[in-house]
Amino acid sequence: MALPQAKQGVLAARIAGLSLPQGGWASAARADALARLSAMGMPVKRDEYWRYTDPTSLTTPDAPRAAVFDASDEAPAFDGIDAVKLVFVDGVFDPAQSDDPAMAGVEIDRLAAVADRDIHWAQGLYGVLETHGQTPVQRPLAALNTAFATDGVLIRATGKAAKPVSLIYIHRDETSDAILHHCIKLEAGAEVTVLENGPAAARFTKVMEVDVAEGARFHHIRTQGRDHERRAATHIFACLGAGALFKSFTLTANGVMTRNDAVIELLGDDARAHIAGAAVGDGDFHHDDTVFITHAGLRCESRQVFKKVLKNGAVGVFQGKILVKPGAQKTDGYQISQSLLLDEASQFLAKPELEIYADDVKCSHGSTSGAIDETALFYLRSRGVPERMAQSLMVLAFLAESIAEIEDEAIAEDIRSRLEGWLARHER
Amino acid sequence: MLEIKNLHVKLEEEDKVILKGVDLTVKAGEVHAIMGPNGSGKSTLSYVLSGRDGYDVTDGSATLDGEELLEMEPEERAAAGLFLAFQYPVEIPGVGNMTFLRTAVNAQRKARGEEEMSAGDFLKVVRAKAKTLKIDADMLKRPVNVGFSGGEKKRNEILQMAMLEPKMCILDETDSGLDVDAMKLVADGVNALRDAGRAFLVITHYQRLLDHIKPDVVHIMAAGRIIKTGGPELALEVEKNGYADILAEVN
Ligand SMILES: Nc1ncnc2c1ncn2[C@@H]1O[C@H](COP(=O)(O)OP(=O)(O)OP(=O)(O)O)[C@@H](O)[C@H]1O
Ligand SMILES: [Mg+2]
Repeated sequence: MALPQAKQGVLAARIAGLSLPQGGWASAARADALARLSAMGMPVKRDEYWRYTDPTSLTTPDAPRAAVFDASDEAPAFDGIDAVKLVFVDGVFDPAQSDDPAMAGVEIDRLAAVADRDIHWAQGLYGVLETHGQTPVQRPLAALNTAFATDGVLIRATGKAAKPVSLIYIHRDETSDAILHHCIKLEAGAEVTVLENGPAAARFTKVMEVDVAEGARFHHIRTQGRDHERRAATHIFACLGAGALFKSFTLTANGVMTRNDAVIELLGDDARAHIAGAAVGDGDFHHDDTVFITHAGLRCESRQVFKKVLKNGAVGVFQGKILVKPGAQKTDGYQISQSLLLDEASQFLAKPELEIYADDVKCSHGSTSGAIDETALFYLRSRGVPERMAQSLMVLAFLAESIAEIEDEAIAEDIRSRLEGWLARHER
Repeated sequence: MLEIKNLHVKLEEEDKVILKGVDLTVKAGEVHAIMGPNGSGKSTLSYVLSGRDGYDVTDGSATLDGEELLEMEPEERAAAGLFLAFQYPVEIPGVGNMTFLRTAVNAQRKARGEEEMSAGDFLKVVRAKAKTLKIDADMLKRPVNVGFSGGEKKRNEILQMAMLEPKMCILDETDSGLDVDAMKLVADGVNALRDAGRAFLVITHYQRLLDHIKPDVVHIMAAGRIIKTGGPELALEVEKNGYADILAEVN
C-alpha cells in the first residue's frame, strides 16, 4: 500500500532541520531507525492509534512555543531523595548542576559523551526494543527518536544501586525541542530506581528502553512538570526476564499535550510489570496514556492503574491493551482506567482491549468515568470541611490507588504531599 | 438554641412538597425527640437544617442562636455548631477516618478563628474517645465507614460528634441497627455530652433509646408537620398504640 502522501509530507518537514549523527557504535541503529521511519511516515490524525489524540503539534517541524512555568513555589519533586542527579536543560546536559555519576553497582554514561566510541554495551539495546515495539502497532515518533536523539543516559546495573538515578529536566527556552533517548539495562538480580522530573522542553520527544533481566527489579517514578504549554511524546519500551519486576509511575499535572506510550513484554516466567499514572488536568490539557502489555511467559502478572482528574474542559485518553500469547498460561492481568470529571466540559476517552490466546488466564479490565460523589461531598461539608477542601480530599482518595503502586514510601509521600499542595493552592 | 418557624420544603427536582409548615423550638440544655411514621419528613428536616442540596425552602426560617441557618453553606452551619448524625452514614473510599476527623476538627476551629489541634493532641483525644465507644484503632485507620457494619457506622457518627463538640446535635435514627450494648454505648456518649449549653434533637422510632437518653419534649411528626408535642409519656403511648390514635385525634 502506498504510504499516504500526508504522512510522508509531515515526516519530510519534521526531519528537514534535523541531522543524523554519524559514526560510532549507534550509527547503524540510527540509520536503521531512519529507514523504518521513512517507511512509516509521521502519525496523522486519521491513524487508528491516534484516534483520540491529535499528533499534529508533536510532529510539526518546530516545537510550538511554550511559556516557561515558574515552579519556585515548591521544592522540585524528589528534592529530598538522596540520588545521583543528572540535569538536562532544554535537552542539553548541564554538568555544572549534575552529580558525578560514579556509583557502586551501576555504570552510567551519556549517549552524547560516548557517541564516537566504536563499541558500547548499549549497542545491544539502543533501538532494539523500539524496533521490536513497532509491531503490531507503528510508533513513528519512537523511531524518529532513535534516529535523531541528541543525548540521553545509558545505565547498566550489575547489582543493587546505592541510590536512585534522578534525571532532572529543566525547561528554560520557549521554543526548545528536546529529543532524548535512554537505555537502561539491569543484569540478572540487579536493582535500580530511575526518577524523572520536569517538563524538559517546549516539546519533548523521549524514548526509554529498559531491559530487565532475570530476577532484576526496576523502579521508575516520574513527574512531568507543571508547565502549562509544554508538549511531550514519550515512549517506554521494556522487556522482562524470568522473575523480573518492572514498576513505573507517572504524575502529570498541566501540559497542553502529553502522550505517554508504554510497550512492555513479559518474556520470562513469573515476571511482574506494574504501570500506573495519576493525571490532574485543568483547562487546556490533553493527556493520553497508551499502554501495550504482552504476556509471553508463564504465571506473569501485569497491572495497569490509571487515574485522571479532569476539569474545565481537560481531556484524558486511555488506550490500554493486554495481549496474552499462546502458551502464556496462568497470566494475571489487571487493568483499570478511571476518570473523575469535575465538570461537564471535561472528557475521558478510554479504549481498553484484551486479546487472549491462552486458556488458563485471569484478566480483568475496567474503565469508569464519573463525577464527584455529591453525597460524600455533603457528608464532609456537614462536618465542617469547606467545599474545595472536601473536593481535594476526594480527589486524593480517587488517585490513591495509582500512587499506591509506588513501592518506596518516601517517594510516594513526596508525590502525595505535592498533590496535596497543588490542590490546596486551588482551594483558596 | 434552634428555632424553626413555619418551614415549608419541596423537592428541587419535582413538585413534591415534603415539609408543610414545621414549627419547633429547642432550648439550650434540652433534649427533644421526634417520632413519626416512615416518610413523614424527619430526615428531610434534618437534611434541610444541615444544608443538603436538592431541596427548596419555599417558606419559613430556621435559626441557630439567632443566626439564619438556611442561608449558610453546610460547612458554615457545622462551624456554627450544628451536627447531624446521619440515618445512613456515608462511605468515602480512600479517605482515612482519622484524616477525615482531623480535617473536620481543624477546619471548624479555623473557621471559628481558633488554633488548630496538633497531630499529637488530636491523636490522644481521638483515641480516648474512640475507646469509650469501643471503636478500635483499626476502624480509625480504615477509610470512612467503608466496610463498617451498620452499628459501627452509627458509633462512628457519635465519635465524630464527640470530637466536634457541636452545640446543636441532631441524631437521625442513630439507634436503628444497634444491638442492645451498642445502644447503651451510644446513649452514654450522648449523655456525656449533655450540658446546659448544648441541645439534642433525637429522631427515633423506638422508645428504647429514650429510656437511655431521657427527652424533655417529644414531638410527633406526620405528613410534613409536627402534629403533637408532649412529654416523655408521648413516646410511651406511641410505643404501645402506634400512631393511629394520634393521627385520628388530630384529624
Ligand atoms: N430526594 C428525594 N426524592 C424523592 N422523594 C424524596 C426525596 N427525599 C425525600 N423524599 C420523600 O419525602 C418523604 C419524606 O422522606 P424522609 O426521608 O424525610 O422521611 P422520614 O420521616 O425520615 O422517614 P423514615 O422514618 O422512613 O426514615 C418520603 O415520602 C420520601 O420518599
Ligand atoms: Mg428518616
